[in-house]
Amino acid sequence: MKLAMAAAMVMLVGFAGPRAVHAQQVGGAPPSARDSALIDLTGYWVSYVTENWRYRMVTPPKGEYRRIPVTPAAVPLINAWDPAADERAGLQCKSYGAGNIMSVPGRLHITWQDADTLRIDTDAGTQTRLLRFSPRAAAPGARAWQGESSANWERAPGPGGGGSLRVATSNLRAGYLRKNGVPYSERATVSEQFDIAPLPGGGQLLLVTTTVEDPVYLRLPYVVSPHFKKEPDGSKWEPTPCSSTW
Amino acid sequence: MLLHLVARRAALGLLLVVIGAGTASAQFDPTGSWAPLATEDVQNDSLPVDYLGLALTDEGRTRALSYDEAQKAMVERQCQGWGASYMVLGPFGLRVSSQTDPVTKRIVSYTIDPWEDWNGMTIWMDGRAHPSESALHTQAGFTTGRWEGGALAARTTHMKAAFIRKTGVPLTDQATLDWRFYRHGDVLTVLLVAQDPVYLEEPEIISKGFRLSPAPLDFRDPCVTGFEGREPGDSVPHFPPDKNPFADEFVKFFGLPREAVMGHRETLYPEYRKKIKDTYVQPPPCVNSCGAAGNFVRR
Repeated sequence: MKLAMAAAMVMLVGFAGPRAVHAQQVGGAPPSARDSALIDLTGYWVSYVTENWRYRMVTPPKGEYRRIPVTPAAVPLINAWDPAADERAGLQCKSYGAGNIMSVPGRLHITWQDADTLRIDTDAGTQTRLLRFSPRAAAPGARAWQGESSANWERAPGPGGGGSLRVATSNLRAGYLRKNGVPYSERATVSEQFDIAPLPGGGQLLLVTTTVEDPVYLRLPYVVSPHFKKEPDGSKWEPTPCSSTW
Repeated sequence: MLLHLVARRAALGLLLVVIGAGTASAQFDPTGSWAPLATEDVQNDSLPVDYLGLALTDEGRTRALSYDEAQKAMVERQCQGWGASYMVLGPFGLRVSSQTDPVTKRIVSYTIDPWEDWNGMTIWMDGRAHPSESALHTQAGFTTGRWEGGALAARTTHMKAAFIRKTGVPLTDQATLDWRFYRHGDVLTVLLVAQDPVYLEEPEIISKGFRLSPAPLDFRDPCVTGFEGREPGDSVPHFPPDKNPFADEFVKFFGLPREAVMGHRETLYPEYRKKIKDTYVQPPPCVNSCGAAGNFVRR
């Protein structure tokens, strides 16, 4: 009988534990995004290009937009793509914006800029994304290739733990979904889910399910899911500038 | 006495909750009809020789180059299906259902219904072990699953020798497929990591998106064989690997590097872009079916 009571008490305490901790936190400062991270995204990651190879590893032909559900309004822009003009206008980073940057073959370096801001640097195009877990005090700034990104952890339901990072990005400069000038407008929004999977035999895989929605140039959401392998260090990190042709 | 009775029942109840939660609780509901998003090119089957995005061994490349798609005209092979990996490589959606134990009501398995040229999949969720290595291999293989970190993780073994591409890129019967199903809202992302100790130098990784369909997917009728020009018992169509007439078709059409079309490992990493930067010549502008799904409409 005593054993049964003891077991009941142990289990009750076990269930009450996290709530008790939470109750303590209610009175104090909430844990930072870094402290409450559900998955560890930090480190170096390299693109592993097994999908959309012809659209990512080389510049596809001008005028081709297969598998992108563009509106009729986009077609004249696609056919008028002029990389030299982009270069002259200082727009050589149009295919490195948040709508496409994760599909550009290269490496990511993910770090915590501060306790509530996750930072992603890319060596291809030398871009920086800041994923903010707490709202900015200041008003949104000027439109940028990487826009403004808000982030939150999404805890997996059930007892298994784990979860995912959700990122929503807006306030973008108009850019390209592909190097050959398939456009997205500055009204586009980008939603991303970052998930991590173990690789058989060791290693980790980062999967970024990316949904681009654009009321101007997309009839339907454009969804891709580029993936990355984790690397032990930054020895292969090689920043290169944006290029409108390559 | 009453207190002891309450404590005993509470302990028993909590124990059941803990055991149940640890073994069978679904972290999301994967059941229903899932329509393919088709915004990524994962099929790579528009031309007979397209091994882009693969890391093939020399053996795998040689075997793939010997493949003639006329094999599928043989009555014996028409309904063979394409192997388990075709779940994400094919153009179809997923229709997923669950099966529960009638007594405990716990989920025993998930079933993904077959298509005309795919054999379907049962993912056993009840903790059963995979069969012994010498057990029967089938087209569908044997798949077990578990919930892990917010994903439904599954592993397929015991497959017959099959394909990782419809262009004849082979997998041996020693291949393993590791799956992860992630659900975010109405989007289901299925991640496949395929390994083969003989034909793949590195795992083939495919991720494909599906969207929850409010209406049940309309699947085609089961495969029915018919005469397609080859009599039963005819020889198996094939090419000598070094004489495949389509080997350079993709290369010429898009000016692609031959080693990329042939599935060499180095072509999967960013360094390869730097290697070909000065030699790649962008093809002429697209003038025909530039927005259609797939690579070409030439066939």
